[in-house]
Amino acid sequence: MIELLQYDFFRNALLAALLTSISCGIIGSYIVARRMVFIGGGITHASFGGIGIAYFAGINPLLGAAVFAVLSALGINYFTSKGNIRQDSSIAIWWSLGMAIGIIFISLSPGYAPNLMSFLFGSILTVSGTDLLFMSAISFITGLLFLVFFRSIMIVSFDSDFAQARNLPVKLFDYLLIVLSALVIVASIRVSGVILVLSLLTIPQATANIFTKKFSSIIIVSVIIGFVGMVTGLMAAYYTNLPSGATIIVVLTLFFAAGKLVSRCLKPSAMKLNQY
Amino acid sequence: MQKLIEIKNLTVKYGNNVALKDADLSIFQSDFIGVIGPNGGGKTTLLKAILGLIQPTSGNVIFSEELKDKGGDIGYLPQVNKFDQRFPITVKEVILSGLARRSRWAKPYSKKDNNKLEQLIGELGIEKLVSKPIGELSGGQMQRVFLGRALISNPKLLILDEPDTYVDNKFEHELYEMLLSLNKRMAIMLVSHDVGTITTYVKGIACVNTTLHYHPSNVISPEQLKAYNCPIQIITHGEVPHTVLGSHSHIHKH
Repeated sequence: MIELLQYDFFRNALLAALLTSISCGIIGSYIVARRMVFIGGGITHASFGGIGIAYFAGINPLLGAAVFAVLSALGINYFTSKGNIRQDSSIAIWWSLGMAIGIIFISLSPGYAPNLMSFLFGSILTVSGTDLLFMSAISFITGLLFLVFFRSIMIVSFDSDFAQARNLPVKLFDYLLIVLSALVIVASIRVSGVILVLSLLTIPQATANIFTKKFSSIIIVSVIIGFVGMVTGLMAAYYTNLPSGATIIVVLTLFFAAGKLVSRCLKPSAMKLNQY
Repeated sequence: MQKLIEIKNLTVKYGNNVALKDADLSIFQSDFIGVIGPNGGGKTTLLKAILGLIQPTSGNVIFSEELKDKGGDIGYLPQVNKFDQRFPITVKEVILSGLARRSRWAKPYSKKDNNKLEQLIGELGIEKLVSKPIGELSGGQMQRVFLGRALISNPKLLILDEPDTYVDNKFEHELYEMLLSLNKRMAIMLVSHDVGTITTYVKGIACVNTTLHYHPSNVISPEQLKAYNCPIQIITHGEVPHTVLGSHSHIHKH
């Protein structure tokens, strides 16, 4: 691993793994706690529409993805709160419409689209300096927001009626966090692609949740598991010449399985304690 | 006696559906009001209007000077089935969340807050549960925890929405005894469909069935209920003259 560190691309990949594990560890814990994983899936796939249009227009695809992700996040929230359409249906529409727009615009673009696969499945080894800058900004904002407002975010997420009765800005937090989730997803597309990004938001959290049921601990453990999993996956992919995004997800899932196994071995004693 | 809240001509509509019509009610400092009425009759709507969770279509909820900042002067215990019971939050975090208010978004809990927490935990008898996630609690334990959240801010008015569901008889009895002693320092408004039990504790009864009729005592006759348009069947037992019972599916033998 030491000799790999002399390569720019590898140093960038490690940095990307760190930044992604921070932002996804935090936002993923929020998304999982609020049972918004399906919304996350909708946003992720909708963002592909932006990638297609940006690709066609010749601008940075992540910029297009960001616009689409934020619009779909706000759209899902808005239409659901208006009650015109059921939430899962609304998500499915954004999900498939985004993919459809992406495919149409990519097919309209002249020539072969070699980057397409990297947007669908990620390519952590081709992360650029600009990407890292974007990731750093998103991770910093996410970390800061949760550091300062952790308690309010938890209260609003757990019982929004109670939070509103106490005059907390429930709507503001809802919209702020859904927009931030969209941006975190876009910032992670480089690492694991549109199709696989959901895993970074859920597998480390599910693994952490085996061992702790405390929101703040789930966040911290998710960040650590995410980072260790990404680096392990990255190394495994490098030495086996397999696609990095997919390898990372397999590694994270193995971590989850190992966690389940360990907790099962520990369980008899835990059950004894719970009887009191 | 000091008036805490005055509800005037309160009407709430959901679309074309009238949930509450021209309701009037005053809540005083040491009131203990039982709110009864059929399901869908507007009981929860009334509570939500007081808590500011819904905007009245017309009419007002007027707060006294003391209640105006909404910073915890109203303690609220919602129905427990409304929560995601697998949400990753501990008992301690739930109770402390009762201190939340707009003006203290990010302020850490003080020593005074933690002392209050310790005291409540002792009073509620939940010392062993403090660091447990709420998902591991029984119905009665959960009600204690949410009562703790409602009480930690020293409210002047405590609102409880069906606290007697999902709990055993032992806890129910303890709860009502606890409410009686709390009533010495705060007004209480209690929604329940266990009409029989609450009437032995409350000082006044609000019958809510789209309209609201306030009955300033816990003795209520079938004729009065009928006049209040409150379709709840009552059976008067000889020894406990003021007991009102809800509709029963089984037959009573006297």
